[in-house]
Amino acid sequence: MKKVYFDHSATTPVHPLVAEEIIPYITGKFGNPSSIHFLGREVKKEIENAREKVSRCIGAYPEEIVFTSGGTESINMAIKGAVYANRWKGNHIITSAVEHHAVLDTCKALTEEGFTLTVLPVDRYGMVILDALAEAITEQTILISIMHANNEVGTIQPVSDIGRLAREKGILFHTDAVQSMGKIPINVDDLQADLLTVSGHKFYAPKGIGVLYIRQDSNWQPVNHGGGQERRRRHGTENVSGIIALGKAMELVVSELKDESQRLARLRDKIIKGVLERIPYVHVNGHPTKRLPNLVNFTFEYVEGESLLFSLDMAGIAASSGSACTADSVDPSHVLLAMGIPTEIARGSLRLTLGRDNNDEDIEYLLDVLPPVMGRLRAMSPFFNETVIR
Amino acid sequence: MEAGIYDNKVLIDHFINPRNLGRIEDADGIGLAGDPSCSDYVKVYIKIENLQLVDIKYEVHGCPSAVATSSVFSELVKGKSVVEAQLIDNEDIVEALHGLPEQKLHCSCMAVEAFDNAVIDWVIKTLPGSEEEIQSIVNSVQSNSE
Repeated sequence: MKKVYFDHSATTPVHPLVAEEIIPYITGKFGNPSSIHFLGREVKKEIENAREKVSRCIGAYPEEIVFTSGGTESINMAIKGAVYANRWKGNHIITSAVEHHAVLDTCKALTEEGFTLTVLPVDRYGMVILDALAEAITEQTILISIMHANNEVGTIQPVSDIGRLAREKGILFHTDAVQSMGKIPINVDDLQADLLTVSGHKFYAPKGIGVLYIRQDSNWQPVNHGGGQERRRRHGTENVSGIIALGKAMELVVSELKDESQRLARLRDKIIKGVLERIPYVHVNGHPTKRLPNLVNFTFEYVEGESLLFSLDMAGIAASSGSACTADSVDPSHVLLAMGIPTEIARGSLRLTLGRDNNDEDIEYLLDVLPPVMGRLRAMSPFFNETVIR
Repeated sequence: MEAGIYDNKVLIDHFINPRNLGRIEDADGIGLAGDPSCSDYVKVYIKIENLQLVDIKYEVHGCPSAVATSSVFSELVKGKSVVEAQLIDNEDIVEALHGLPEQKLHCSCMAVEAFDNAVIDWVIKTLPGSEEEIQSIVNSVQSNSE
């Protein structure tokens, strides 16, 4: 059976060139970068090399790059490190209703520690409403955390404007760039970000490696303690092969970004056109233009998302409904609900995210499989039969 | 979505080939049940002759477990007497499906509840003029069982 992977926003396969790059560090070069002997020095050099690659890719200085265990750790460090260091100034955090749970739940946890939280609403495209942000800022506001691009619907937030506003007011600004890295250009100065977070496995590096960018001279403090690694900002022995892999992977995606995002946008548009032509009662979610090139989110009326995914799975198509992390729960996507989509429709959502291994043939296979699956599931539904057929 | 249902061959079979799926146009009773928490719904149609459940069909909007539980329930009750059919419960469904993940156990209640509602509908239709009396009996039974 043909197998097609349309879940690149959940994770990506490791790029063959990345895998090749790290083999020596898994099989032989095992030194601890903190050791001063030759085994330590040879890996230390490679870590700093990777740090330089990352800094070049996002327009930062190497000293501003901290390697972590992934997106969630980076986000926890960014948010907690910022608010703890600025507690003397205020206690108010601003974020948005469509953030990943790593951001939302970290912020909510901080309310247990005396911080207050404003969760900004979004419009029907999932875009943060800038006027609402301006109104939410108080004398007490110490951190604004708004994602660069949304993981479920792909909407790109007006991050530069938010960053500018934050800077004018002397408030730290964090942007979660986990989904945008490698899909759209990222420059920390253009985005006006003080803190920026990235996860390696979303762009063809292995799992368990991430980046936290911290603008120099930002008032930020470490949230763990130990051996002084990463310039005392993230303690613990470095994930050497992960760091080297991330450096290589980021360099690759950034160098291929322009061509690859055009290619993926064309494939994505082919999916949208094909689905709209073949299947009735479907909505495309997210911003019509300000969106990621590799992501499409549909809601299908009269269909339940889990049955849809299950049927696609049986046809060899890997996709997702909402974000991968929440697929365990029966709750509909908090992002779709925040966009004002009714619960019963939000439950019939399908997210397809493309990557470097996808091609036209994959899209044609999907467009062959999806209509009969949809027809079969809708034929079972009492709502479809009563509302549409009768 | 738990790995459990992807490994359950019986459940997958019922999801791909739901037994007795559809509507009965001249049904003797129709019942609807739903779980608003996950917006899943089942609508059951029954045909009764001499107190025997000669046919049952259903429509279902929901997750694979909701489809499979409805399908397996229809197999368990079809051909039985109405009284016997009403003794089939959630546990029988779960057993026939070789188990359900804990978070999907609630799905198995929907078919049973929709069937009970279909039986009530049939009783009301067969005894015209006594709707109120029957409804009050149903209500008192339901409040006793809660």
